[in-house]
Amino acid sequence: MNQQSAISNQQSIGSILGDHRLDADRGSWDQRLREVTSRDVEAALASRPGSYNQEKLLALISPAAEGYLEQMARISRSLTVQRFGRAMRLYAPVYLSSYCVNRCQYCGFNHDNEFARARLSVQEAVAEAEILAAEGYRDILLVSSEDRAFITVAYLTELARRLRDKFSFISIEIFQLSQAEYGQLANAGIQGCTLYQETYDRTVYARYHLGGPKADYDRRLRAFDDMGRAGMRELGLGVLLGLADWRVETLALAEHASYLMRRYWQSRVSFSFPRLRPACGVPSTEFPHLLSDRNLVQMMLALRLCFADAGIVLSTREPAWLRDHLIELAVTRISAGSRTSPGGYTDPNAHTGQFDVNDSRSPSEVVAAIKSKGFDPVWKDWDGALW
Amino acid sequence: MGKLTIAGRTFDSRLLVGTGKFSSPQVMAKALAASGAEIVTVALRRVDIDNPADDTLREIDQDRFLLLPNTSGARTAEEAIRLARLARAATGIEWLKLEVTPDPYYLLPCPVETLKAAEILVKEGFVVLPYINADPILAKRLQDVGTATVMPLGSPIGSNQGLKTRASLEIIIEQSTVPVVVDAGLGLPSHVAEAMEIGADAVLVNTAIATAGDPVEMAVAFKLAVEAGRKACVAGPRAPQRTAEASSPLTGFLRE
Repeated sequence: MNQQSAISNQQSIGSILGDHRLDADRGSWDQRLREVTSRDVEAALASRPGSYNQEKLLALISPAAEGYLEQMARISRSLTVQRFGRAMRLYAPVYLSSYCVNRCQYCGFNHDNEFARARLSVQEAVAEAEILAAEGYRDILLVSSEDRAFITVAYLTELARRLRDKFSFISIEIFQLSQAEYGQLANAGIQGCTLYQETYDRTVYARYHLGGPKADYDRRLRAFDDMGRAGMRELGLGVLLGLADWRVETLALAEHASYLMRRYWQSRVSFSFPRLRPACGVPSTEFPHLLSDRNLVQMMLALRLCFADAGIVLSTREPAWLRDHLIELAVTRISAGSRTSPGGYTDPNAHTGQFDVNDSRSPSEVVAAIKSKGFDPVWKDWDGALW
Repeated sequence: MGKLTIAGRTFDSRLLVGTGKFSSPQVMAKALAASGAEIVTVALRRVDIDNPADDTLREIDQDRFLLLPNTSGARTAEEAIRLARLARAATGIEWLKLEVTPDPYYLLPCPVETLKAAEILVKEGFVVLPYINADPILAKRLQDVGTATVMPLGSPIGSNQGLKTRASLEIIIEQSTVPVVVDAGLGLPSHVAEAMEIGADAVLVNTAIATAGDPVEMAVAFKLAVEAGRKACVAGPRAPQRTAEASSPLTGFLRE
């Protein structure tokens, strides 16, 4: 039996993070990261590609590994092509509402921000989706801030019902629901959930989440257990890069992923890498842990080297030039032509977005970029019959 | 060399190929042509099966290739059956590569759900080619319910590890009354040759061709390896011996 699973089958993710000091009192990790040597990094690179253990990941995200990015990139590319082929899944988000009860200090949709908010009726959301379907999309991500009063389970199941003949894969990135609610959505054909813990550090979490249901760290940490038990097929994890030190966050993220893979073994885990972006009322200069391009790439490669089969998702938060390079390194699913405001496809200027898009190229331009890298843009990689 | 017969239909080629993971539908089409394959499998989840303008389907000449839809992505018998029925309703194709893989990481097939789905699909008139672990008893159970072949894996799909399950494959090949198509994990032409040498009726290759530096040349290499392995099998390979045996016996003169 895998030693790690012997421990964690008895433990919640909360207690695993606590035991490893990944949720608080992280000081000892800084020390360990500084102590990693070139030999440790080389040993990690020589280990079985794609398999996870904490020592290996620690080496790959250490400052010492920064001189090994090229070797990491080569292994990552080869692993990604072997497991996923030369295929790049395309998706696009539809924002349903910018009303929010939470007070998250980094988010443009913060309850305290004053701007013209918007929410779409089911009919309006279908109209947005139809624009995407006409562009070729079959994979759609429904996004909403915490607007429970309007974006109800009934709303989402009705929307899913109306999207099913146009989209083969429907997923959500919305506020946290209960296991029963996730189950209802899964039955309606919504097969994937993305939900960011934002930060696994309790102190930092409390500093940035000042109000609303999302301010409860432990409740949020349990969300993926509810999704897994409800039978969601794709579980999208991530931390908001910029809130806390990325290296220790990566260790926590990996423990969470590893826990979910063992426990909810029929669900596929994917990682996203949202870096803080300028947004309405969000001066990014006030965040002390903003991540360099180099470290973003290091984090992505380190996770690929530990999780060969995890999806790696890249949004339009990142600039075109960087996205084009990342396509061939580790990414498996990419968005294009995204609008981050409700109604943004119908009228791009009507409402304020959640963040400023950094790659504003059209889907066809992104498709051309994917092809130029020797990858096949894949619009459909799922089937409505599979739910 | 003898033809391959599956469900009453004969084929010259004993190499089946997959259509996933290629860098473009055009590269795929060239590799399929070079492979000499007559049966190509497509993931139903990947194509708009009822839409002939679909990028992948458009590149597959259906006069030349038998299209073998597969249920990749299905986690349960129920899902696989639903996919199969929709595909047949849209295309009229009755051949089906049955894949039920509940673990999204190693994509190993579930024996319980595969058998359950096979039983129902065979009764509904499908020609079922089930993807299975190299489990001789499961292979018998499937042939008993009427599948057209069994498709045991050499090693986990996409892993390029070759015939890690050789001992069990040999039992399946020895006992099977339906064609044995070794599927998955065949990373090199030598792996394919080995499978054919031990008596497999055919092999299925995808990742090793699709992700090669030159997929077209690699398709040719696999084609030749299948032919070589088959010829060797038919020619009657000798079992390995513990001791040396001279080609010209040293004591031949004593026969007189």
